Amino acid sequence: MSAQQDAAAHQAVESYAGERYKYGFVTDVEADSAPPGLDRDTIRFISAKKGEPEWLLAWRLKAFERWLEMEDEEPAWAKLHYPPIDYQDACYYSAPKSDSDRPKSLDEVDPELLRTYEKLGIPLQEQEMLAGVAVDAVFDSVSVATTFKDKLAEMGIIFCSISEAVKEHPDLVQRWLGSVVPYSDNFFATLNSAVFTDGSFVYVPKGVRCPMELSTYFRINAANTGQFERTLIIADEGSYVSYLEGCTAPMRDENQLHAAVVELVALDDAEIKYSTVQNWYPGDADGKGGIYNFVTKRGACRGANAKISWTQVETGSAITWKYPSCILQGDNSVGEFYSIAITNNRQQADTGTKMVHIGRNTRSRIVSKGIAAGRSDSTYRGLVRIQPKAAGARNHTQCDSLLIGATCGAHTVPYIESRNPTARVEHEATTSKISEDQLFYCRQRGIDEEDAVALIVNGFCREVLQELPMEFAVEAQKLVAISLEGSVG
Amino acid sequence: MLKIDNLHASVDGKPILNGLDLEVHAGEVHAVMGPNGSGKSTLAYVIAGREGYEVTDGSVTYRSEDLLAMSVEDRAKSGVFLAFQYPVEIPGVGSATFLKTAVNAARKHRGEKEYDAMEFLRLVKEKRAALGIDDGMMRRALNVGFSGGEKKRNEMLQMALLEPALAVLDETDSGLDIDALKVVADGINALRGPERAMLVITHYQRLLDHVVPDRVHVLAQGRIVRSGGSGLAHELERSGYAGLGLEPSAAA
Ligand SMILES: Nc1ncnc2c1ncn2[C@@H]1O[C@H](COP(=O)(O)OP(=O)(O)OP(=O)(O)O)[C@@H](O)[C@H]1O
Ligand SMILES: [Mg+2]
Repeated sequence: MSAQQDAAAHQAVESYAGERYKYGFVTDVEADSAPPGLDRDTIRFISAKKGEPEWLLAWRLKAFERWLEMEDEEPAWAKLHYPPIDYQDACYYSAPKSDSDRPKSLDEVDPELLRTYEKLGIPLQEQEMLAGVAVDAVFDSVSVATTFKDKLAEMGIIFCSISEAVKEHPDLVQRWLGSVVPYSDNFFATLNSAVFTDGSFVYVPKGVRCPMELSTYFRINAANTGQFERTLIIADEGSYVSYLEGCTAPMRDENQLHAAVVELVALDDAEIKYSTVQNWYPGDADGKGGIYNFVTKRGACRGANAKISWTQVETGSAITWKYPSCILQGDNSVGEFYSIAITNNRQQADTGTKMVHIGRNTRSRIVSKGIAAGRSDSTYRGLVRIQPKAAGARNHTQCDSLLIGATCGAHTVPYIESRNPTARVEHEATTSKISEDQLFYCRQRGIDEEDAVALIVNGFCREVLQELPMEFAVEAQKLVAISLEGSVG
Repeated sequence: MLKIDNLHASVDGKPILNGLDLEVHAGEVHAVMGPNGSGKSTLAYVIAGREGYEVTDGSVTYRSEDLLAMSVEDRAKSGVFLAFQYPVEIPGVGSATFLKTAVNAARKHRGEKEYDAMEFLRLVKEKRAALGIDDGMMRRALNVGFSGGEKKRNEMLQMALLEPALAVLDETDSGLDIDALKVVADGINALRGPERAMLVITHYQRLLDHVVPDRVHVLAQGRIVRSGGSGLAHELERSGYAGLGLEPSAAA
């Protein structure tokens, strides 16, 4: 995209920001919403609204008490710069939007957003869903979702919102919630524990192989879960599940602060594959208005031979703070982390993983691809810890950074702690630039510079892209291209 | 098709081409020979529009358009093709993917329907067989780990698919074994036609035994110092550049 088009695009975003107000997207505080601010009453209000049992309210309040003590513990170690967040200024509960507050048709939706949907090849109906258009017609995909749920239920698989799970399967939730990420874990996770509003819940029973990719996409209309999302996935012995989170289409949200928690539990011989495409609004060219994304994701391989694999494509948000991790407790358990983080303009990403080897012969593999363009900053931060009992543990880490232009930064911060002499930990890191030769070669074949960059970057990310489920992979490739628009020329 | 007038070009402020004249008509194949460092690749890059190759004087006209005013990709899309002396490696990008992107960019430019994966693979299959390129190579990352000969054959495959109006082949014959040379020469000959012009840069007569040029030019110190028919190449083969009163390796 030329500088001019880029400016035009940003102008479109700007004018959208103004229009949102015009169309009443910023809702008045209805009786149904909590006033801004956060105190014990806010938490009681949320819990009551959701009709929660006493134990969950108690858990939330415990988290809140802990959070108050953490005032000085907002993480400052990441390579991220942002003005202090006023937590009393945010609104922690608002009822789902009524139809009258939504855009009536795609004509009322930001043209820039539509342009991107088009580039991604998203069908019209889905565009309407994603943009939150109020429609009363029954979507194909909604009916798809229903048949899909029936099929899962037959197999004993539970897939629902976490609020629903609290009501329908309280024992499971009570047993596992906070078992991987305790309420006291860190500043943002603790805040989430106190105020989370919704998220997904998955339970796959013993020996069941979930026959389809579970995707939040299927319940995109179900709830407004963006801000403090809480996801819990349990794969019982010998089961398998693949879960897709997010959406390649850009998502907008009035809430600037996002602090999600995802917990995964894999028992003996179970496998969880968790794939994310994160494309929240990154802000304008100066980084204004973008989402702050502080996420705690952790999976525990509780049983022997369990496997947890994280794959993420992070292109959105003004700030990304995220370290999907694996606790490898079971002997022979396996943890994987495949990551693509793309930053452009003023975006900042500090992301990576933690692999904690506890059991014997546990193995982990880390492949991180960081791409920085514009004036952005991308940091890989990873910890590989081998506990004393983890005899024969192995880790292989490969960390590649690609810089586009001269005003961005890429940093690699690996921490390795090995307390078992039989463990083997390998770390490889490279930093490269797209070479003039490569660009010229592509352009000489008639490929425009921007497409050439997209092609080269997609090649750079290939190892990670091929870990994504098919339906995600194609869109993710287009997303890579779109994320880098305006980064060259 | 291509008309170069008094072309002066420098790289990093150093003059390399010093008043070069050359005219190639549609349907013709011209060979450009000359000592190492005489400016042959520089000429190829200037025609393709590479950054850093600064034209300080003269003009290049392509199909009655000012070629120098066009961007690299526009030149390519309007039919200018350069087979690289040193093809570039692009890790992770499959050869087939790259080719499809390039071919579709050209088709889009011409207002034709872009090929889908199936159509494209069918097309490639036909062309690659003639060049002795196996399917395995198409799946590998572009030029990564290719042998010298494989890289050159891959350049010819790209040319065959892109069907350029003006092809500049920079030492495509270097590094080829005898059989591959024949295969590549056949590929070039297959593309010869009344609508197409070619500029074949080479050091050796052996390619010109298969691809008989309409004209042969000798480039030395940034200018064409001799032009003649295909016999000129034979003469050079016998007596070297010294026979033309030139230093054996002018810039070496
Ligand atoms: N980037 C550069 N900076 C300085 N000098 C350059 C640069 N590129 C090319 N040259 C010089 O320009 C001259 C012509 O180079 P060119 O590659 O065009 O020669 P050539 O005729 O293709 O040689 P060969 O037969 O060896 O391929 C050489 O002296 C070379 O060193
Ligand atoms: Mg050369």
